[in-house]
Amino acid sequence: MAEDIIRVENLHKSFVSHNKSTEVLQGIDLSVKAGEIYGIIGKSGAGKSTLVRCINYLVKPSSGKVLFEGTDLGELGSRELNQVRHQMAMIFQQFNLLMQRNALKNICYPLEITRVPKEQAKQRAMELLKLVGMETRANAYPAELSGGQKQRIAIARALASNPKVLLCDEATSALDPETTKSILELLRDINHKLGITIVVITHEMAVIEELCSKVAIISDGKIAESGDMAQIFMHPQSEAARQLIFPNRKSIPEMRSRRYCRIVFDGRSSFEPVVANMVLDFGQAVNIMFADTRNLDGMAVGQMVIQLPDNPEVALRMIAYLRDKQISVEEVSDHA
Amino acid sequence: MHDLILLFLENTRDSIYMTVVSTLIAYVIGLPLGILLVVTAADGIRPLRALNKVLGALVNLLRSFPFLILLFVISPFTRLVVGTTLGPNATIVALVVAAAPFIARMVESSLREVDGNVIEAAQSMGSSSLQIIMKVMLPESRSSLILNAAIALTTILGYSAMAGIVGGGGLGDLAIRYGYYRYQYNIMYIAVFLLVLIVEVMQGIGLMLAKKLDKRL
Repeated sequence: MAEDIIRVENLHKSFVSHNKSTEVLQGIDLSVKAGEIYGIIGKSGAGKSTLVRCINYLVKPSSGKVLFEGTDLGELGSRELNQVRHQMAMIFQQFNLLMQRNALKNICYPLEITRVPKEQAKQRAMELLKLVGMETRANAYPAELSGGQKQRIAIARALASNPKVLLCDEATSALDPETTKSILELLRDINHKLGITIVVITHEMAVIEELCSKVAIISDGKIAESGDMAQIFMHPQSEAARQLIFPNRKSIPEMRSRRYCRIVFDGRSSFEPVVANMVLDFGQAVNIMFADTRNLDGMAVGQMVIQLPDNPEVALRMIAYLRDKQISVEEVSDHA
Repeated sequence: MHDLILLFLENTRDSIYMTVVSTLIAYVIGLPLGILLVVTAADGIRPLRALNKVLGALVNLLRSFPFLILLFVISPFTRLVVGTTLGPNATIVALVVAAAPFIARMVESSLREVDGNVIEAAQSMGSSSLQIIMKVMLPESRSSLILNAAIALTTILGYSAMAGIVGGGGLGDLAIRYGYYRYQYNIMYIAVFLLVLIVEVMQGIGLMLAKKLDKRL
């Protein structure tokens, strides 16, 4: 088992404004293993941006620990902390490039501050430009680049110091879906090719699905749930997780009094017409409220919400029928 | 006629000399002061509440003096530094004292224009505070700094002309001595015209440089 490259232990952070203290993070624990792509997802205001800034100590926690490769960042002086930051790069929603430097010089910045000789830095920057597919725009200034191109330069800049970890703070939230996809591909590529651990902060489930193997769901300053992406996707335990996986559930209020089931099947059973067979066997209709199949970690995963017949006995037998077919069935009754 | 031209040339030279030299010296004091004001502010990269308050109060104090009053108030100090209270060099002392806090505020406002997110990015890359100042804050705000330097120059030129009242030398002195006291209004108008011309040129160069160097399009 790979060791934890990042560990967060019982992290609290409060901000004081207008003499009122708000606890943004309320005891966060998480651990990221080397080589993982770890997603942290939550709604805006959940505290995820503060959390990621605590990981590289841009924001100092009120209490609790952040360990990078076993080193407690809270015990480091500013010089040592800066050395850690050379190994833990970050990209941002708004790219945050230096506007008065061209692409090449932006990528050279982290090398300049670690006193890499100029020629060597330039050579490395050119390599990185190639890696992110921007070698033809070396002399372009950020103002001349599109959002996706700026993020590519920002990624190249982040990689310049050969970091072990890349923190992504809503890195695709300012981009259109097409560009988002290409940036996510680039990030996955970087993870595969360079073995860099990636921590992704986002409010978009699609980003997590596309990229992450592990996920933590943050809600109201606490981790509601964390673990393997596939596991959480198939069996969400917390309300916060269900809301994220299943965002439109609340849009069918007129069906409140009925009985619903969420069924999840893995790649194997999604090829069987299970629901159709069930309907034929029982001679009773079910109403498909929601259906979706996705590619998760190379495995086809489908989920459906079906409305069961009003007859409780039939409903129970249908649930048993589905379970018998090795399908995970969960009654979605909290809005009933 | 020849004498008159010489008179104008000499005084134009004095005006420019006073303005440029005092602006340069004032920047030597005002630039670090402005940087300190930004860096030590509560939202700065090295918040130091007490120092920030003291510097801010000092700057405000000096800035609240009307320039003419300042000229008189600091004349003992001027005498101590340059040995006289008359002429261009004496004026430079007063100009520096008046301009440095003004420049500090100009620098402060320029540096505040730098996107805080970019500074945060530099911090995330492990930059020291000095690196952030030298490689991020100053270069990123360079166009604004240049524009403000042009404003500072023209303001200081204006102050230097005011010093003509106490025999400070330069075009302002000329305008007051010949034009105002001796009723040679033509000389006064020409002196004023020359001052306007210098302001135009300085402002124009400043604008041009700022635009040329700004890569934000």
